[in-house]
Amino acid sequence: MSKTPVSFTLNGRDTGVFVDGGANLLDALRRGAGDLSPKYGCGQGTCGTCTVLIDGEPHLSCLTLAETVEGRSISTTSGLQQGAQLHPLQQAFIDGFAAQCGYCSAGMLVAAKALLDTNPSPSRDEVIEAISGNLCRCTGYEPIIDAIMEAAAQMRSPGGLGRAV
Amino acid sequence: MITVETYADINQASAALGADSIYLGGGTLVMRALNYGEQNFSRIVRSTDPSLTQITMQGDRIQIGAAVTMASILAHPDLAFLAPVARQVGGPAVRNMASVGGNLFAEHPYGDLAVALLVLDGRVHLADGQEQDLEVFLAQRKGFNGIVASVSIARPNRPEDFRWLKISRTKPKGVSVMSIAAWLPAMAGRLQNPRIALGAMADTPMRAKAVEQTLEGATMDTAGIQNALTAIASQFNPPDDALASSWYRQQVAPIHLRRLLLNEGAGS
Repeated sequence: MSKTPVSFTLNGRDTGVFVDGGANLLDALRRGAGDLSPKYGCGQGTCGTCTVLIDGEPHLSCLTLAETVEGRSISTTSGLQQGAQLHPLQQAFIDGFAAQCGYCSAGMLVAAKALLDTNPSPSRDEVIEAISGNLCRCTGYEPIIDAIMEAAAQMRSPGGLGRAV
Repeated sequence: MITVETYADINQASAALGADSIYLGGGTLVMRALNYGEQNFSRIVRSTDPSLTQITMQGDRIQIGAAVTMASILAHPDLAFLAPVARQVGGPAVRNMASVGGNLFAEHPYGDLAVALLVLDGRVHLADGQEQDLEVFLAQRKGFNGIVASVSIARPNRPEDFRWLKISRTKPKGVSVMSIAAWLPAMAGRLQNPRIALGAMADTPMRAKAVEQTLEGATMDTAGIQNALTAIASQFNPPDDALASSWYRQQVAPIHLRRLLLNEGAGS
């Protein structure tokens, strides 16, 4: 079976993979590029655990044809931390027990990052809206919303952890 | 084995379509079919034609390219009256992908935007140059295997004449129990050529023409809309689904129509 080469930037690094015809971006990331952070959930656009940023905007990687990201910039949860320094969102999720089984966390974190990248001071309703496409069956959402609000506050504070991440 | 063909020109893409192929828009329908192994195609045809993402004003109408996303509608100042509709389609990631053209093919109970386009005199412009009334197009969409190039709609003179209500089980994102769009131009306090459409009340979004007839010349008060509430209870025979039974949808349709017409409790 012939494969198609696809080149893109993954978390700031030039990346190239070969994909089967019709392969989705999630497969290209997990099997091709070895980034296991985005997860396969529903496969139909309901759960949001496969969410990645394409050119800074959240997209569902399981519903994105891999070939359409040629030359574009992809960000995943794997790219949030810098070395051993966790992103404030990741730290807030840990501190606030915002992850239980953790399966939704990768998508939640990416959706939250997309929000904070454009809106550093979101209201609680704006946070709820930002993660409205991401399902969590464990937490009841409140710890996740609290964690995103806390991370936003951290990032706004002088010298806040990971401000430039 | 699936092959992907990408064409810079929409006419080339249209010519390449055949019985073994499907056109890929935003991906939320075709990629889902692939993920579930439900595809009956071996070729995916797509186009990067820039006309597909354009929004242009044409007198009293607006032409919206088929690849325009819900997020693009939200960001466009001339489409502010449609923003409440686009905002209620999925979460942010879905809105960055879901397209105007794709919404016309979303199966029950999805396809909220098409409900709004119906009341705004939506017309479908195909890549082969044909033009169709949206209601006719929706009724015949099952066997369609062409390319929708754009949808044109009338621009309400007074944006407040356009009203929208989506009823869902969860907030802020939820699938429609039903959605209602209304375009309610009035002269001297009486409705003139009102248009009402409902989503999730049939296999496709549909105009409520019996309701529209009762509203012609009516005043927008409890007495004026009474016949419309009676008419809507009997016009639709909605499908059962996991969200609501057909009976339930029929029972609550008059309540939600009243709320929309009398502006009782705006929002979703």
